[in-house]
Amino acid sequence: MARVVESPAETEPVPPRELQLFLGNKDAYGLSFKYLDETAVVSRQYPKTIFRMERLEYGDAVGFPVRLEYGDGPAIPAEAADFETKLRSEVLEVAARWKRIKHLEKKKIGRINLEMEKIRIREKIMKKRDTDISRLAARRDRLQKDYEALASESAGLRRLQQANQIAYRLASGQERRIPTGNIVDFYYPNRLGFTDRLGIFFHKIRIFLMEEPREANTEGGVFPAIFGTFVMTVMMSIAVTPFGVLAAIYLREYARQGFMVRSVRIAVNNLAGVPSIVFGVFGLGFFVYFVGGTIDQLFFHDSLPTPTFGTGGILWAALTLALLTVPVVIVATEEALAAVPRGMREGSLACGASKWQTIKNIVLPAAAPGILTGLILAMARGASEVAPLMLVGVVKLAPNLPLDGIFPFVHLERKFMHLGFHIYDLGFQSPDSEAAKPMVFATTLLLIGLVVLLNLGAIMIRQRIRKKYFVGAF
Amino acid sequence: MEKTLEKDEKAGLKHAADDLTEDLETAFDEPSVPPAPFICVENYNFFYGSAQTLHDVTFDMPERQVTAIIGPSGCGKSTLLRNINRMNDLVDGTSHTGDIKIRNQSIYDPNFEVTEIRKRIGMVFQKSNPFPKSIYENVVYSLRVAGQKNKSLLDEAAEASLKAAALWDEVKDRLDESALGLSGGQMQRLCIARAIANRPEILLMDEPCSALDPIATAKIEELIYELKKEFTIVIVTHNMQQAARVSDWTAFFYMGKLIEFDTTKRIFMSPSVKQTEDYITGRFG
Repeated sequence: MARVVESPAETEPVPPRELQLFLGNKDAYGLSFKYLDETAVVSRQYPKTIFRMERLEYGDAVGFPVRLEYGDGPAIPAEAADFETKLRSEVLEVAARWKRIKHLEKKKIGRINLEMEKIRIREKIMKKRDTDISRLAARRDRLQKDYEALASESAGLRRLQQANQIAYRLASGQERRIPTGNIVDFYYPNRLGFTDRLGIFFHKIRIFLMEEPREANTEGGVFPAIFGTFVMTVMMSIAVTPFGVLAAIYLREYARQGFMVRSVRIAVNNLAGVPSIVFGVFGLGFFVYFVGGTIDQLFFHDSLPTPTFGTGGILWAALTLALLTVPVVIVATEEALAAVPRGMREGSLACGASKWQTIKNIVLPAAAPGILTGLILAMARGASEVAPLMLVGVVKLAPNLPLDGIFPFVHLERKFMHLGFHIYDLGFQSPDSEAAKPMVFATTLLLIGLVVLLNLGAIMIRQRIRKKYFVGAF
Repeated sequence: MEKTLEKDEKAGLKHAADDLTEDLETAFDEPSVPPAPFICVENYNFFYGSAQTLHDVTFDMPERQVTAIIGPSGCGKSTLLRNINRMNDLVDGTSHTGDIKIRNQSIYDPNFEVTEIRKRIGMVFQKSNPFPKSIYENVVYSLRVAGQKNKSLLDEAAEASLKAAALWDEVKDRLDESALGLSGGQMQRLCIARAIANRPEILLMDEPCSALDPIATAKIEELIYELKKEFTIVIVTHNMQQAARVSDWTAFFYMGKLIEFDTTKRIFMSPSVKQTEDYITGRFG
């Protein structure tokens, strides 16, 4: 990266380049990146024994391994031939244990908590009616016992995670040790060949796409955000399609074209220009507090004051975005309907079809590609919208996905994660923005990719419809 | 100079008229007995907003014959045709006085659904308008909207009407392909097949050949000749040779008024009104 300076008199002196160094070991140094004047570099070394550990906490550690200490046996020094294999098997064992712990705590204990909550509500109702609650109490005791057994099992596993330790020396000479339970993965960066690097690259991509975030979202993956974005966009499309298409059909085909319809049309067009945050405020006031609050009053009275639908959730977010995108769909559908040749409608009516039969059988299929174009635009806008979501249900970290294996499988009231909000949160709200930087870029790329993917899907459907109906005439 | 031009023009017109006469001699026989009236237009006035496009029209179209409506552009001939199946109901701000009766039954009878009337009347438009569906679905459309679900009945109707429209041999192997892949003439014949699929009593044709080449036109004219055995046909046309070739009766319209209605032979050979003669010989219009 040498820069040729032709006439030094005219150009300003080139400022010295700065190197950004990755230090890791945030627990030891307090920061994970450091800037250094390039001119201050005296020599560069690439020690083969340096290793990098991906940890559950404090980001990555970089250092020289010293030894693997077993809680119940002799330690293995880093110089030993089987050190790497031993450490590898230890890390795998730890990962398996984490999986088991997660299963216990999230699935099994989660289910018990759900049951307990149901019992609590039942109890509340029964107390009001003065009925016998001894059976409920017995059931609760049983659940409590189950819970305790599971909790002690998971606590035991957690203890095991802390049993063995790895000792390593930092570049500064300081020696540190952490339990192997904290290690997610490790590798020796300077020993890697090209294929190993490629392997790590794809491994990281897989983790990024498939796993849950860790450490204030700066580590791990973004799977819940991908899933949330996808589910919300699909729900929004499901909501906006009938709404927008029916409105357009009414405006174009049934309503008397006059002052009223013209005003409605102008209002719809103006709606497209309203700032999205205003839709968020409306969604919060109308959907969350009014509709959600009413639903809670009527159907979830017993769990009040804890709101069920009366708080932000994926359903309200999808409906808010549907409102935001409905003008796009209405305008596109109206255009598409207007573009259906008059002769086609007359042909259908002349065959004895009623107006609705004509619209259903002839006009809508002929207008379908245009309607889908509107939907594609709506989806693209909806999927990348963030501001209104912050008010109606998006969160930094959602404990559960909106779809899962627990009845009724689709949980419309749950809060969710969203890639757009994830970008905002990572880039501007995270404690270590430098560490989050790659995640921000990757998440942005992913969001764009997801929008492109959704659009491509819709475009392919449109193409198929076009092919079905319009093989170039003449 | 001017005089010779005029003379030439006159000679040309004379020539055209002679051609027409020849056509007439060979093309049709005059109906011997005046047949029973089938579509009766009675003192019919029609308005687009405040503009009156039909003035006190009264005439009867006979059953199972071809009635041609001719006249210069804007004379109201298409308007009348489109009123027979109440197609103009769709246009905002139209109104009428007088009546149109089919088999002594007013088409404006409030006891009748307009869709029921249209089911009895097939219509072929100036510009062929096949639906963006398969050829088969196009043909059976009127049966489908009438609620017919019996597959074998639909198949039968499709084959019969495609045969009647002289299209069967050309499309029988590709019934499931899009109708929009047909040629212009085929499309128009498909529209005819569609219009006759549910066996209507009347077939309205609004300049069915104006967008077609001479060969396709000849095919459709042949078809009209065949179809009149079964249907009462009303055809609007700009092409006087065509009217002479295909129709039994001719109505001449001018400025929204019915000028003359008679057998085609009499209209073309010895019209009783000067205006008709002028129009037919090409002096105006």
